[in-house]
Amino acid sequence: MASINFNINGKDQSIDVDPQMPLLWAIRDVVGLKGTKYGCGVAQCGACTVHLNGEAVRSCVTRVGRANGQKIMTIEGLSENNNHPLQLAWQEIDVPQCGYCHSGQIMSAAVLLRENPNPTDQDIDNAMAGNICRCGTYLRIRKAIHLAAGGMQQKVGKNE
Amino acid sequence: MKQPTEPKTHSFRPIRTGIAIGVILTVTAIMASTFKTTDKLTEEDVKTKNKTNRAPINRDSVESVKAFASVYKVLMSPRCMNCHPAGDVPLQGDDSHLHTMGPKRGAEGKGLYAMKCSNCHQPTNTPGVHTPPGNPNWHLPPATMRMVFQGRTPHQLAKQLMDPKQNGNKTKEQLLEHAHDGLVLGGWNPGEGRTLPPMSHAEFTKAWTTWIKKGAYAPKP
Repeated sequence: MASINFNINGKDQSIDVDPQMPLLWAIRDVVGLKGTKYGCGVAQCGACTVHLNGEAVRSCVTRVGRANGQKIMTIEGLSENNNHPLQLAWQEIDVPQCGYCHSGQIMSAAVLLRENPNPTDQDIDNAMAGNICRCGTYLRIRKAIHLAAGGMQQKVGKNE
Repeated sequence: MKQPTEPKTHSFRPIRTGIAIGVILTVTAIMASTFKTTDKLTEEDVKTKNKTNRAPINRDSVESVKAFASVYKVLMSPRCMNCHPAGDVPLQGDDSHLHTMGPKRGAEGKGLYAMKCSNCHQPTNTPGVHTPPGNPNWHLPPATMRMVFQGRTPHQLAKQLMDPKQNGNKTKEQLLEHAHDGLVLGGWNPGEGRTLPPMSHAEFTKAWTTWIKKGAYAPKP
């Protein structure tokens, strides 16, 4: 056991766990944030995607020790009122079917839009190919990302 | 009636001698460029000799090419070739299939957007089968220096490895050191369920060193 300190969704947190514990279990079972999902456990599906210092890591294979002293963001911290452009677009298009994979989908899409605010279909495929949706909502995911990208650009335009 | 020719012959002797010397030099240059891997690298070796380990290079094309046969076996094994693909998607597994999910190289060789290598590949191997192998510096060669192994013949690969334009401007000394790079060493610690390269790292290093120090000759095409 060791003391692991990180900032999660803007709040400093200290937990006493085995540094080899998957970050996913620390987030869900120790910190108590249940929005991040367990899918495959071997970094194949993307359901467990969270941001570690802004990168979309697979928390099921990321040891919590790697997060010591770092910044984590989960789906709960993406926006204050579920009003991130991606979340709004997801609601607008009614993207999910069962919904299980979508916190991971949105966290991956958030990295894409941060690095490429106006992605093409190919850019979206390149970014999202690691997030599997058993319900097959891929076309709606792509449409929602385009919609969110437009929304983000309108927001930037209004602020200028 | 036969004309006297001696004065005429005498007047052209210097020109003929010059032509003969020119032909000899041209043939020598062609021979040299044929059997050396790169001229430019040799020039760079001279320029950087103060930085080198000054190990003597005892050229021996037979020994060099023989050593490269071992080097080639290792470089074309899945543990090396999988991250030196012909395309921009890495390979995976002992059968070197395209990496599931189709992650892309990206400009720096570290992936794109939410599909960066280190998002799944941790600093160390993840326990279990079918889990991502790990390394602190996991990446493909960058887009500007793709260093393709897949599909290369021994001749092509040897030439490519020694070509500064294709190897990231590495000198022979830097190439010798590269055998001990952390990611190269990672090939001998591949994680559960993956085969090792066909010889030990020590044997590979010996073959690599012999190949380079004996002149880095390329096998015949």
